[in-house]
Amino acid sequence: MMEKKDYVLNVSERRPEKGKYLLPLFKGLGYTLKNFFSKPITIQYPTERREVRPRWRGLHRLKVDEQGKLKCVACGLCAKICPPQAITIVPYEEEGGTRYPKEFIIDEIRCIFCGFCQEACPKDAIELTKVYDYVDYHREDFQFDIEKLKTPERFIFTGK
Amino acid sequence: MIEFWTILIIKTLVAFAVSMLIVAYSTWIERKVLGHVQLRYGPMRVGFHGLLQPIADGVKGFFKEELIPDNADKPVFLLAPIISIGAAITLVVVIPFGDTVTIMGHKIPLYLADLDIGILFVLGISTIGSYGGMLGGWSSGNKYGVIGGLRASAQMISYELPMALAVISVVMVSGTLSLVGIVENQAGLWNVVKQPLAFFLFIICGLAEINRTPFDMPEAEAELACGFNVEYSSMKFALFFMAEYCHMFVFAAMVTTLFLGGWYGPLLPGPVWFFIKTFAIIFFCVWERSTFPRYRYDQVMELGWKVLLPAGLLNILLTGLWMLVFNI
Repeated sequence: MMEKKDYVLNVSERRPEKGKYLLPLFKGLGYTLKNFFSKPITIQYPTERREVRPRWRGLHRLKVDEQGKLKCVACGLCAKICPPQAITIVPYEEEGGTRYPKEFIIDEIRCIFCGFCQEACPKDAIELTKVYDYVDYHREDFQFDIEKLKTPERFIFTGK
Repeated sequence: MIEFWTILIIKTLVAFAVSMLIVAYSTWIERKVLGHVQLRYGPMRVGFHGLLQPIADGVKGFFKEELIPDNADKPVFLLAPIISIGAAITLVVVIPFGDTVTIMGHKIPLYLADLDIGILFVLGISTIGSYGGMLGGWSSGNKYGVIGGLRASAQMISYELPMALAVISVVMVSGTLSLVGIVENQAGLWNVVKQPLAFFLFIICGLAEINRTPFDMPEAEAELACGFNVEYSSMKFALFFMAEYCHMFVFAAMVTTLFLGGWYGPLLPGPVWFFIKTFAIIFFCVWERSTFPRYRYDQVMELGWKVLLPAGLLNILLTGLWMLVFNI
């Protein structure tokens, strides 16, 4: 059993004597001066970016194959598994039997970035990139269609 | 006669422009130094390393909406920032920036006026400047403003005394009240060596007089929500801040003049030395702001009356004895 004096911190006993704070004042000045001459830890955000983890789940990208066509076959598995139901797919089948999505819309405001869609996809056609800062002016602009989903990198600031 | 007036007007304009530039850029210095002390950069976006930031701030100040509270005492409310900045700029008149220089055959002293009572003038006008904060707080019709104004007046009264006492010992050593005379008296040995205690007192009381952080009672952000300037907006608010930084510049110049040998220094020309020393003091003002927490109000009063005032009296006594014994 611990004595009470062992764990009760009595602040008034630790208060320095009168005039004892003069030395700490100068120590404090030394500390701030040392900080003044050390390098700031700020990341200058739009021009410098913090490196995110390799498993980071950011904006979606619809992958394309070597011919530049969408890999997606509009099977609808991603839309089925999506917990907040943020994915809308309208499939289209050609004469020869090739299937591709006529419309592929992800509501990026509803999306919770769980990554189930890229895990469910049998064709490895959708993936989550590391882009985390996407901005626009209207809510409708966040209904990403196929063209927007192909280029998530457009949000990364490159200009001056 | 025309020559005299031309030189005077040019000198006035140059001194005014230089002081205003220093006032503007001491805000930049403040933000930069505070930033680096806190491991940040401070302003970086406007111009190279934020060098145009003061100008951007000024433009913003002019375009902001101006509000006057309904229950404010309007004439006094409008007058307060004017008193504040007016008194602060008036002080620039007596600052000796440098010795006499010869430009195109004219002998030009690098100060606007060498008053016989220079240091008294500084003490007096700086007190008038504190009326700005007092009246501003009082007339805003806001309780924080009133408390800020009250604190401003109490603090000014308390710290004026030890400050004047510190100055008196300098005057005793120099034998003159004129600032130019005091500087010329330090050609051999700086007053900071002769009067270390007075130097210490003057720095502490000066920090209290210009409302810098361990003594920023009138505008304690945490307790008073900015105190006396809480109801001010747009350029009137900016005027208060310009007055504050102008006071800081004058304070730094006064420390330089009274204790650090003014324009004297090896190799470099006089004004350069003057500005090096002044900026060192300005840097010190920002540095200590970033380090020390604010005093409690009763502690401020206690320090002023129970420590600094006796110390100032003691210093005068010691100076007198020293002069008596060594027969200076």
